[in-house]
Amino acid sequence: MTLTARDKQLRGESRWGTAALGIVTWLVAALFFFPIFWMVLNSFKTELDANTTPKLLFEPTLDRWQAVTETIPGLLSFSEAFYNSFLIVIVSTVLVLVLAIPAAYALSIYPIGNWRDALFFFISTKFLPIVAAILPLWIIARELGLLNTHLVLIILYTAMNLPLAVWMLNSFFREVPRELIEAAQMDGTGLYGQIKDVMLPIVAPGVAATALLCFIFAWNEFFLAVQLNPVEGSTVPVWVSTNVTTRGMFMAKLSAASTLAILPVVIAGWVAQKRMIRGLSMGAVK
Amino acid sequence: MTTNTEPQSSDRAAAERAAAIAEFQRKDKWRRRLPLLPALLFTIVVTQIPFLFNIWFSLQDWKIVPPRGPDFTGLENFTEGYSNTFFLDAVGISIGMTTAAVLLSLLVGTGLALLLDRQFFGRGIARTLLITPFLIMPVVAGLLWKNQIFSATFGVVNAVIEPLGFDAIPFVERYPFWAIVTVLVWQWSPFMMLIILAGLQGQPTDILEAARVDRASGRGIFTQITLPMLRPYMELGIVLGAIYLLQVFDHIDVMTGGGPGSTNVPYFVYQRSIGGGWDFGQAAAYSIIVVIATIIIATIALRVLSSLFQRQETA
Repeated sequence: MTLTARDKQLRGESRWGTAALGIVTWLVAALFFFPIFWMVLNSFKTELDANTTPKLLFEPTLDRWQAVTETIPGLLSFSEAFYNSFLIVIVSTVLVLVLAIPAAYALSIYPIGNWRDALFFFISTKFLPIVAAILPLWIIARELGLLNTHLVLIILYTAMNLPLAVWMLNSFFREVPRELIEAAQMDGTGLYGQIKDVMLPIVAPGVAATALLCFIFAWNEFFLAVQLNPVEGSTVPVWVSTNVTTRGMFMAKLSAASTLAILPVVIAGWVAQKRMIRGLSMGAVK
Repeated sequence: MTTNTEPQSSDRAAAERAAAIAEFQRKDKWRRRLPLLPALLFTIVVTQIPFLFNIWFSLQDWKIVPPRGPDFTGLENFTEGYSNTFFLDAVGISIGMTTAAVLLSLLVGTGLALLLDRQFFGRGIARTLLITPFLIMPVVAGLLWKNQIFSATFGVVNAVIEPLGFDAIPFVERYPFWAIVTVLVWQWSPFMMLIILAGLQGQPTDILEAARVDRASGRGIFTQITLPMLRPYMELGIVLGAIYLLQVFDHIDVMTGGGPGSTNVPYFVYQRSIGGGWDFGQAAAYSIIVVIATIIIATIALRVLSSLFQRQETA
């Protein structure tokens, strides 16, 4: 993972060249991060300071953070939105893993004859634009009384992330040495035991990377949430969009809301980034 | 093998054994399939049933505002929909936006990965900063760029270029297509960077070392060893990126609300159905056309994937 001096020498770069490229990287990284930094900065401004020519110096205030977390009767509140989002996203991510782990096992360890077709079927469902299915989904949900429920989003987020999870896990499971599983089978370990005691410890980083991606995509999902569950029971992206009222005039408040909304996923992503790179390299093509 | 002297009973034993083996194989097949079934059934029910409904809807004359139908009209929705110029515009935008965003993200992402793939002070922090845009909620990303970066009055970009003698440019209003592509590239370059970085870190050092010993130039090593080795990773990035970027909706919704030059096919179908058009029959017909078109594109993309799998098997 880390580069040794030998690697550097292999690359044929001088010490100064490496240092210069390091500075370039820093500048590019700062540029990429700047919009987020700016948004967080704006969330500490008064609306007066935010809605003017951009300025760096101002008197910071927590006023807008307070305003955005206040509960206004009849509107989706901050705490409700976060509760709903966490509930929906965590349940759907767990469901994805519960369904995808055995499926990936059947595709990789003792693959069924046409495992490739099955895998293609899963991936092909990702190519259907979700917007093309929204009309029947809306009508079916209405008929079943599922509009404005947590359940409808749990089901749809599970379906949305399942193909990606099956695909990634399938690749990870192919990394598990066959002999280990066969040894476990000789000892009479069942499928559940094989998955739990033999495979999961090996593929844990991959499973974590998969779960994280599912978490990100589900947490950030807006379209289904706003179409099928737009009122009180809704999620964080919908809550952010309710803070867009009079354009421009609530920029600081909107910034505070946005910062809160991205926080869980950003922290999770920061903590797990190395694991994600490993997961992608293991799962992707190797 | 039993040494049975009676030929008749030996035949029977063989037949029984064959039957037992067949039975075992049949059971084994199902035992192998069993773990797959829950995921398969779930996916079929949730993703395929709406599609069947859509086929039925697409053959109806069915409007909600003003209320009309549903009455069976056959293929009228398709013949009408196919020639609609707004639909054809949306197809063009979809293809252009996906292509531009995927290729630019891949280019920028590869550049970032190459920059990160060396030891320098604060490498971990730089990587953390670079990954962050990918983690941002699309709704937030769209609003942030529109109101705080691109805006003619409050935007940072204009605050930078105005003192240099340029007029303030309302980017989103004047260049809706490229404004949206910029935000998409900002978000997806880090994802491409992660995949390429994984590829770079999987590079075996002994090959690099051998090339070095043979006094290959830095550029030669890059174009002849690194780049070919990265190819499958790049293909993976293109396929995954295309899957997600074809479906872009949130960015368009919050940035332009589907104004001219920025309505892609998903947004168009949305506008025709529950997003204001309320023409359910027509919208369903568009969905079917979109699905057929995507199946054609997907077949090509899956061929790329399948070559990835083959490589995976031989590896």
